[in-house]
Amino acid sequence: MRTPANIPGAVPVYEDFARCVHCGLCLNNCPTYRLWHLEGDSPRGRIRQMILVGNGELPLAEGFVGHIDKCLDCRACETACPSGVEYGKLVEHARARIETEYKRPLFARFTRNIVFKRLLPYPNRIAFAARLLRFYQRSGLQSLARASRILKLLGLAERERLLPRIDGHFFFRELGKTFPAQGARRARVAFFAGCIANVTFTKLNEATIRVLTANGCEVVVPSAQLCCGALAAHAGVRETARQLARKNIAAFGGGHFDAILTNAAGCGSTLKEYDHLFSPNEPEHPAAVAFGNSMRDVTEFLATLGLVAPLKETRLRVTYQDSCHLLHGQKVREAPRQLLRAIPGIEFVELPYSDICCGSAGVYNVTQTAASLDLLKEKMDYAKITRATTIVTANPGCLLQLRAGAEIHKTGQNVVHVVELLDSVLKQS
Amino acid sequence: MPASLLRELNSLLGPSNVLHKIEDLVLYEYDGSVEKARPDLVVFPHTTEDVSRILKLATKYNVPIVGRGSGTGLSGGALARGGGTMIVFARMNRILELDLENARAVVQPGVVNLDITRAVEHAGLYFAPDPSSQKSCTIGGNVAENAGGPHTLAYGVTVNHVTALELVLPDGEIVRVGSKHGDTPGYDLCGLFVGSEGTLALVTEITVKLTRKAEAVKTLLAIFDAVDDASNTVAEITARGITPAACEMVDGWTLCAIEDYIHAGFPRDSAAILLVEVEGLREAVEAQAAAVEDVCRTHHAREVRIARDDRERDLLWKGRKNAFGALGRLAPSNYVLDGVIPRSKLPQALQQIQSIGKKYGFSIGNIFHAGDGNLHPIVLYDPRDPQQFENAIAASREIIRYCVELGGALTGEHGVGMEKNELMPLLFSDADFDLMRRVHDAFNPDSSLNPGKIFPLSKGCGEIRVRKQAETLPAHV
Repeated sequence: MRTPANIPGAVPVYEDFARCVHCGLCLNNCPTYRLWHLEGDSPRGRIRQMILVGNGELPLAEGFVGHIDKCLDCRACETACPSGVEYGKLVEHARARIETEYKRPLFARFTRNIVFKRLLPYPNRIAFAARLLRFYQRSGLQSLARASRILKLLGLAERERLLPRIDGHFFFRELGKTFPAQGARRARVAFFAGCIANVTFTKLNEATIRVLTANGCEVVVPSAQLCCGALAAHAGVRETARQLARKNIAAFGGGHFDAILTNAAGCGSTLKEYDHLFSPNEPEHPAAVAFGNSMRDVTEFLATLGLVAPLKETRLRVTYQDSCHLLHGQKVREAPRQLLRAIPGIEFVELPYSDICCGSAGVYNVTQTAASLDLLKEKMDYAKITRATTIVTANPGCLLQLRAGAEIHKTGQNVVHVVELLDSVLKQS
Repeated sequence: MPASLLRELNSLLGPSNVLHKIEDLVLYEYDGSVEKARPDLVVFPHTTEDVSRILKLATKYNVPIVGRGSGTGLSGGALARGGGTMIVFARMNRILELDLENARAVVQPGVVNLDITRAVEHAGLYFAPDPSSQKSCTIGGNVAENAGGPHTLAYGVTVNHVTALELVLPDGEIVRVGSKHGDTPGYDLCGLFVGSEGTLALVTEITVKLTRKAEAVKTLLAIFDAVDDASNTVAEITARGITPAACEMVDGWTLCAIEDYIHAGFPRDSAAILLVEVEGLREAVEAQAAAVEDVCRTHHAREVRIARDDRERDLLWKGRKNAFGALGRLAPSNYVLDGVIPRSKLPQALQQIQSIGKKYGFSIGNIFHAGDGNLHPIVLYDPRDPQQFENAIAASREIIRYCVELGGALTGEHGVGMEKNELMPLLFSDADFDLMRRVHDAFNPDSSLNPGKIFPLSKGCGEIRVRKQAETLPAHV
């Protein structure tokens, strides 16, 4: 199989593709296959197309790009695969290849360039864009736009609904600080704050720090940290992702932490796999491996450490939607459930098909809005059946999507992150 | 393929339910097997009437038809060996009726096996046939192949759980066989169609029996130093009148590969492990588990582990369930065989499989449903080497031949399809084939449905409508 040489970082080899024995056990676990029942939009079919493109038997053209673009990269197929195919690696490489060899329409190229290369890597630009957006949301412009038919005319009505609400103050101001443990120090951890989360999930980040410190963790928030690069890596913009990885490895290096923590499963999955961005013979590789080994999802870390902070009893019926990059990307299933069950008085019910993506998937709800909303509808139908008043999840993207779902489908359910729920039941000390 | 057929199908089903571009068709030339054959068109019906109209069009244009569910089959049953139009049932996936009181479900053929269970488990019911592909394979495919699974031993195969079918005959006529409850007077046509591999009619609606979940289940894992001991254990468990829900064996070599992969603490020097599951009323299960343990120890089991809860049960199954992943790490690809032998001949069969492997230079892992003598040797090979692929096929044929010599059968649950049709004469005489041919021709006289399957091409039905394609090329890379 021919592999192009101009894609930086790890390149999958023959065995990585051949491990797929096309048994098809992944099919019904794939959200897009479940929607359309097309082989071309199944993991098995996508791998076959990658092989054919690699062999030069299928052109790297619109058809192939369409099927790869429609993949959520949720990696549910990896959980289903009996042969251990690392699909995430394969699809990200396919996307990197599309990025270098396929010319997208002008508008797509323009927006991708802005978002992945010119916005996300730069905290001051994120803050600037957030202030603009906040002005739109708070000045009355948003209500005006929503009331008029302008959004509908532009075909933006649904996407506009998914816009995160910009925070009154930004988490950026906490970068560089250290938060002491309450009581005896049980661990010293570094906190990875994210990029957009700094302007839209300030409260989640603050809650995370409160829960950690209340449970005996000293939390350091290194100041030089940047966006993790997950969105860029998933989109195939690999050089940007590599630059961000180098800077983050340096930002967190030498701090002697028991672990580096994130509350964003999507970021965590990429951070744990920074080594995928570098080939084994590149000088960055060992540091990327070490960095990945010290990464933990906050739920994973807390469940292992054990909760010691006293919790208030709360009468809530809650259900849990697995964040794909926590369950399928990082193979963490029990930790968040264990933390939820630890809350006194809580009634935990499983959400049917909680292992199927809600349709958020990074920027998927913006790039493939129709598919995303179809997945969301099914998700909310099942969420209703649980009769839970609160839906819990473990990733900011999923929070936004499910909140939009609760609003669109009028389920009246509250949507929170695991640590937000824990934070809300902390007994004030 | 005539352009007017495409036009007519497009107007019948709408363009979103018809695939005709080569880049789409190449994704339907494979299934879970090592076979390969490409259809000329792929269509997605939504209703029985759609299927009937498609078949009428196919008759009009004289093109072959093959049905397909998820394409997880292991014998090429759902491949278009004669080209033509492939009917994919994946979008006919509605559960039409749940009659929980009477433990019946009426479903369309594209419903995924496990989704039936997920729809009824809240009522303490499940659909018993559990092929290893159950999270993806469709009930229509299960009916066509008469699928089994690890729990076949106690609960039987698909045919034991299907009570009625709606079918479309090759000329488009819609008929019903069987009945929702109990037996029907006259011929047991339901039994005839289940397992006919899509060569007699296309199934468009299935009434299945639901089974009540056992009150209790107990899982044991026993480790043996000799294959003889393990297989004697299986024989004696049955002799004592115990019917385990499952009785799986994994050979020592495969177990090493599994241990390297999942580090579950399996010994590296054992000859075989047995995984035995007993189900039923709580008291009976306790007694049976104790009896099984006793049999294992009598036959020199080095160690017997009993799961105390669901978590431990999952742990015991983990080895069995990760076998493919573990073997997948040892070679670029693998070929899963399916043969049946009399249970008592396990030790010699294993020895012969090893020596056949040695002869062709392959490592062969062995996982099998020991309770009913259903072997699944797994040949590890590298598809980049055409000689290795040829050898894998040759080794597989030798193994299957040996199974038949021992008094067994060609296939336990994967079906004949286009994988083993040429081996059928090992089991059947010309007179046997003649009878089968007459049954075939009664429904499918022109061989328009799934041509090139089950029958050896030389003993085929009427016109042999098989297109010569690169059939022997590996479906991989």
